Amino acid sequence: MTNLLMLIPVALVLGAIGLVAFLWALKSGQFEDLDGAANRILFDYDDPPGKEGDHDHAGRKS
Amino acid sequence: MANCAHCGLEVGPASAAGPDFCCRGCQAAYALVRGMGLDQYYTRRCIDPTQPPLRPDQEAGPIDFEPHVRVGEDGVAALHLMVEGMHCAACVWLIESLLGRQPGIVEGRLNMTTRRLVVRWRSDENNANAILAPLQAVGYRLLPYDPQRLGREAERHEKELLRAMAVAGFAAGNVMLFSVSIWAGDDGSMDWATRSLFHWISALIALPAVVYCLRPFARSALAALKSGHTNMDVPITIGVVLTAGMSLWETIVGGRHAYFDAAVSLLFFLLIGRYLDSRARGRARSAAEHLLSLGATVVTVLEPDGTRRLLPPDQVAPGATVLAAAGDRIGVDGTVIDGQSELDTSLLTGETMPSPATPGTAVFAGSLNLSAALRITVTAVGESTLLAEIVRMMEVAEQGRARYVAVADRVSRYYAPVVHLLGLFTFIGWEVLTATPWQVALLYAVSVLIITCPCALALAVPVVQVVASGRLLRQGALLKSATAQERLAAVDTVVFDKTGTLTIGRPELLPGDWDEDDLRLAASIAGASRHPVARALLRACPDIPVAAGVREIPGCGLEWEDIRLGGRRWLGLRDDSGQQAGPELFLDRPNRPPLRFAFADQPRPDAVEVVATLKRRGFRVELLSGDRAVTVQAVADAVGIERWQAGCRPADKCARLTELAEQGRKVLMVGDGLNDAPALALAHVSMSPSTAVDVSQTAADIVFQGHRLAPVLEAMTVARKAHSLVRQNFGLALVYNLFTIPLAITGMVTPLIAAISMSTSSVVVIVNALRLSRGRLW
Repeated sequence: MTNLLMLIPVALVLGAIGLVAFLWALKSGQFEDLDGAANRILFDYDDPPGKEGDHDHAGRKS
Repeated sequence: MANCAHCGLEVGPASAAGPDFCCRGCQAAYALVRGMGLDQYYTRRCIDPTQPPLRPDQEAGPIDFEPHVRVGEDGVAALHLMVEGMHCAACVWLIESLLGRQPGIVEGRLNMTTRRLVVRWRSDENNANAILAPLQAVGYRLLPYDPQRLGREAERHEKELLRAMAVAGFAAGNVMLFSVSIWAGDDGSMDWATRSLFHWISALIALPAVVYCLRPFARSALAALKSGHTNMDVPITIGVVLTAGMSLWETIVGGRHAYFDAAVSLLFFLLIGRYLDSRARGRARSAAEHLLSLGATVVTVLEPDGTRRLLPPDQVAPGATVLAAAGDRIGVDGTVIDGQSELDTSLLTGETMPSPATPGTAVFAGSLNLSAALRITVTAVGESTLLAEIVRMMEVAEQGRARYVAVADRVSRYYAPVVHLLGLFTFIGWEVLTATPWQVALLYAVSVLIITCPCALALAVPVVQVVASGRLLRQGALLKSATAQERLAAVDTVVFDKTGTLTIGRPELLPGDWDEDDLRLAASIAGASRHPVARALLRACPDIPVAAGVREIPGCGLEWEDIRLGGRRWLGLRDDSGQQAGPELFLDRPNRPPLRFAFADQPRPDAVEVVATLKRRGFRVELLSGDRAVTVQAVADAVGIERWQAGCRPADKCARLTELAEQGRKVLMVGDGLNDAPALALAHVSMSPSTAVDVSQTAADIVFQGHRLAPVLEAMTVARKAHSLVRQNFGLALVYNLFTIPLAITGMVTPLIAAISMSTSSVVVIVNALRLSRGRLW
């Protein structure tokens, strides 16, 4: 019985963490462009040689 | 033949930009991309043939983006754009990199799924037109839109479903954990206190989840009940509420009939189906949303003082003078006051022969100005144009279709009363015939409602629809309407439009009594013109250098030294063509009789096959066209359609469809032109190619891509198969109910039996639907 008292809250908290993480991801727009996200990791948005500027990462930010 | 290094199209011999590029625009775009150090783009991209080629449009008028910019309080300006011409992920990278390299940019983010671009920049450092100029120079078409007006409702609904699905999934998983323990201890090894504790914890998880996740269903059920009928959501809502209520009661009194797991896992299954269904249609929706975009077309207005202004068509006053350049689509109704040209009115009338335009000719919004600039006095704009008239006819026709009731709702009309009566009779039966206490009788009655809970029934349709639209999406057909598939399955008559639907929609050279040398000479002259007939001549003989020094005489033809290529009237030839169909060109050389090149709009490559297959499967096939009888007959004969009607105005097409409907026929209308839009909206179900005008794509239930007609056939096949799967699913659900209802009525159902039988029925229905996703259908 005592192990139940520990296991039940642990199971519920773990599940709740997953749920909260999902809802956070949904709210922050991570499910809005699934195709884009899958392809985006294949490209680098590095600065062109010899050109420096604080705006160059615009495509990656946000 | 070499392909253009920028747009990937074939490079014509006539190219002014050398062997590597098809035009100067592509050459400049390539230089721009290389100059930015972004030429990796060309090695990474893969060209999507269904998208328009990435070709800078040199004739397009400049679009002023400034009016669409919203400047926030922090000085950051934002602009929302729809991007046309995006081929693959490399395009996303190119666009974002091009934007990122400009001063003042805060954010440039392109959503690959919806093809929408958001640009934010500090408004004091840059302006919209300068920022977007490189994108346009590379060849992307950008349409500004108002994010407030677009698809918000559907998007919010979809997010709500996804959130509810997550909550239901969490609850279902955790409640199941306790339910499995309870079932395992059902032989008496679990004491009363533990079971009660587990029930209480389940209740604590399940009840908030039910309240949260039931909202989408309850809303729709209430709306249906208010309007005096029932839909599938009514039994779902009643079932879940009763299950949760009865389980709570059993938990309070310490009984064993707690069905929390059944309630939440039912919601979880249903929400998965709903979400996938809504997502599948979301794609098609975003494809059709272009119509709503603002400022897509502009009209060049000539002010009295000689200056030019670009205005959206609805801001032009009647009486103003408008300039239409060669290649422009005219945005207003009016009368020509100056200029000689030819108009392509095929969008409005289906007529493939360009009609001459001279001062005094009435022109209509939607026509394409072919050969030379025209000045037009505006007689009507916006709401009063012929185009707007057609759109209005379409809206009226569409109202009729809204009355269609989905098959699931039709089933639930019979299903819900039967089940609820069964529950009532169970209660009365136990009360009257036996001496059971009323609480127990009520328990049995409620368990009848729970076990017949329409899980399988409610999944029967959406699962099949999701699988079917996924299959059709891979074939290039997008389903826009939720009930399109059901309506398509009932079709027994197919009505085609001609221009652009059965045919490709552009003229092609026909064989004639000329030889290869004549063709080469004519093509080399024709290479200098953008007129569709001249382009067709060049397509027939592509590797020909353009003759230098060709003069184009607007509305007449081309002149090179003493050789002339042009129309019958200009060359002073006698009109002996009689009823001969199609556009023609004459090559007139000194001391030689003029040679005639005839052209015709050719049927799509698989049109004959598709029509033959349709007829073999017993469909009645008709052709309704606005073109002249000779041309229509030629196409009808070529593809094998016996019933055809020529010279149809939009109202005539509607009349014919109404006539067919009165004979009890279910008509599938396939068309692309503006003149088809009302008919598309009126027909039982409608399809239109993705090359169709926006209005038609909006009116159609299904939009198909590519140069072939085969998606029409595929869509009909899948729809029929889907329909039979839906019927099978309903049958399976019925068989399941026949087994379980007696158990419930006799009070033999335990929570374990309920859980097993309900999830089995759902899984059986889903597996049955998945059969549609692969394999041959016919």
